[in-house]
Amino acid sequence: MQKDQKSNASISRRQFIAGMSATVAGAGATLSALSPLIHAKETPSVKEILQKHYKKLTPEDKKIIFDRLEKNIASEYGIKTAIHDPQPLSEVTFGYALNIGRCIGCRKCAYGCMKENNLSLDPQIQYIRVLKMPKGTIDLESAVHDYPEEDAGNPDAYYMPVQCQQCDDPPCVKVCPVKATWKEDDGPVVIDYNWCIGCRYCAAACPYHARRFNWTKPNVPAERINPDMGYLSNRPRYMGVMEKCTFCLHRVRNGRYPACLEVCPTGARKFGNLKDPDSEIRQIIDNERVYILKQELMTTPKFYYVFSK
Amino acid sequence: MIQFTSNLFKMILEGSKAYWIWVSILIILALLGLHAYANQLASGLFTSGMGDEVSWGLYIANFAFLVGMAAAAVMMVIPAYIFHDKEMHQVVIFSELFAVAAMIMCILFIMVDLGRPDRLWHLIPFIGHFNWPGSLLAWDVIVLNVYLALNVYVCFYLLYATYHGRKPNPSYYIPIVFLAIAWAPSIHAVTAFLFQGLGGRSFWNTGLIAPRFLASAFAAGPAFMIIVITLLKQMGKIRFETVVVDRIRVIVTVSLLVNIFFAGSELFAEFYSDSAHTVHISHLFGLHGESLLAPWIWASMFFNIIAAIMLLSPLRNSKQAVIASCVLIVVGIWIEKGIGFVIPGFIPTPLGDFVQYVPSLNELLICIGIWAFGLLVYTLLLKTAIPILEGQWRRSNS
Repeated sequence: MQKDQKSNASISRRQFIAGMSATVAGAGATLSALSPLIHAKETPSVKEILQKHYKKLTPEDKKIIFDRLEKNIASEYGIKTAIHDPQPLSEVTFGYALNIGRCIGCRKCAYGCMKENNLSLDPQIQYIRVLKMPKGTIDLESAVHDYPEEDAGNPDAYYMPVQCQQCDDPPCVKVCPVKATWKEDDGPVVIDYNWCIGCRYCAAACPYHARRFNWTKPNVPAERINPDMGYLSNRPRYMGVMEKCTFCLHRVRNGRYPACLEVCPTGARKFGNLKDPDSEIRQIIDNERVYILKQELMTTPKFYYVFSK
Repeated sequence: MIQFTSNLFKMILEGSKAYWIWVSILIILALLGLHAYANQLASGLFTSGMGDEVSWGLYIANFAFLVGMAAAAVMMVIPAYIFHDKEMHQVVIFSELFAVAAMIMCILFIMVDLGRPDRLWHLIPFIGHFNWPGSLLAWDVIVLNVYLALNVYVCFYLLYATYHGRKPNPSYYIPIVFLAIAWAPSIHAVTAFLFQGLGGRSFWNTGLIAPRFLASAFAAGPAFMIIVITLLKQMGKIRFETVVVDRIRVIVTVSLLVNIFFAGSELFAEFYSDSAHTVHISHLFGLHGESLLAPWIWASMFFNIIAAIMLLSPLRNSKQAVIASCVLIVVGIWIEKGIGFVIPGFIPTPLGDFVQYVPSLNELLICIGIWAFGLLVYTLLLKTAIPILEGQWRRSNS
């Protein structure tokens, strides 16, 4: 037994030296392999990594987090902001109607949305995609997505802006493995940007191509920053998380219209409370010829397309 | 236990020149992959070829393929443990060890696909905020980790007992083997459900995906094992009767034919009806606009059919022909699962936009790195398992 141990020990010594040098070389190689991390565009703090899910935050937690975010924004952009967290309105379900008879495809909505919601300029993120459709079909595959500016207002085509349809039965919410996205009580589907793990399963599930991923750190020039920020809507996003249209939650819950509606030059866009029978949106839905996109998927959008002049 | 562990290290460190060259190559490739991953972490998934249109690429494609390779171990476990095939028993552990390595690669491929790996803890049941049973990805997290644990346990127990010169006690591992047999199809079925349950993606939204996944995996997995055990035998590392390869070959042939039949059935439904849904598959085959995918899927079909013809003809009695057809099957099915299944689901987008996907160099390096790491794990597992099983390492003689 003793002899065995000795022979073991002598082998171990030789192997120890070889092993140690291999370990040192390996550690050095691993460290140099990891060196790009020094230049990381965004490094989460421990507090951010350990932050709880939005729905588990107490009012005190929220205060601390909002203060921290405001400080971060002040140091990054040199701008004083106020992060709000407007709560769902009772007896309200927000709905949208878009008159494709009136839309001229000018994309003012898409750009107005970018400005309002602090969307990245480079790489460019847009929540609204305007499709130029040949007359006589609603087949999406015949749509042109990247028509040049001067092709707007073409009388031989019609234009169909598509953004998040705020489904009543949203497939994106169903598939999220960590419940980082959910439907609010007044309708809009939102994302907790501090909880999303960036798996993009929601983007695969969405039938309307409404979700946008931050493939790198979003880039918004300081002078473009909109300081009126909602925690669940237009506050600055992180690298590696999903984002989407929220019907401008921070505006509509304070009695304002979504930004895309306000900038529309033709009055093609209407917005309101679906639960109020006297609202403009209900008048349109009840009296005009309306349809919803991909009705066969049973996602029940709260975004209606209207055919009228 | 300490002695067992230190002996494992000794077994790993004592190898021929060829062994060290192979291991060094794998380590270098794995480190290159790690470097590429560090780049991705620093700058975001922007460094990949993916975008909002094709939002899953080679990572998820390799994941889907490797889940199948892991599940396929069951096709050798069933003959060995249920039909008491003594010859198969000699090699079955090599497929179980590969399942371990494949599962590790699967988990890494999911990890590198995440935009926020620092938030991985959100996926831990009870600690995070787990969307179970709603999300199929949550199901996948459970079934993959359990399957990994089951295979690690069985392999470890068998090797540990053999090392101590004991006959493994059936009541300690046979129930787990049976559980693993039942579990194996679940990992691949759940991964298929993850795609086929999406109503907004017509290309994936068909009930045939899960059966197709299983059939293709049961062809590619055992085909890979034929290659591995034949190589090991030629290197003089392991011994087994030729009949083993013949039996695995039959499994591969039947699975391959079923897979070709399933694929044909889908092609028929799509092309005969020629409805709006057909656009994905006609784009995939290059029949609807320019397609970068077309040469790959045609090659994959060609490989599968050539392999089927070779395995059905008298050529199957030639060892070289069997190996060649196994290589064709593994490569063909890798293409079918990734380039032929995951990516065309995104082209066109749900709004009818055709955007092509080309993986970036950084993304390729990460994929190669994970494969190298997985093969390194498998190499080291074999390096320690084989001497134990061959009786060259026992507690008494060390």
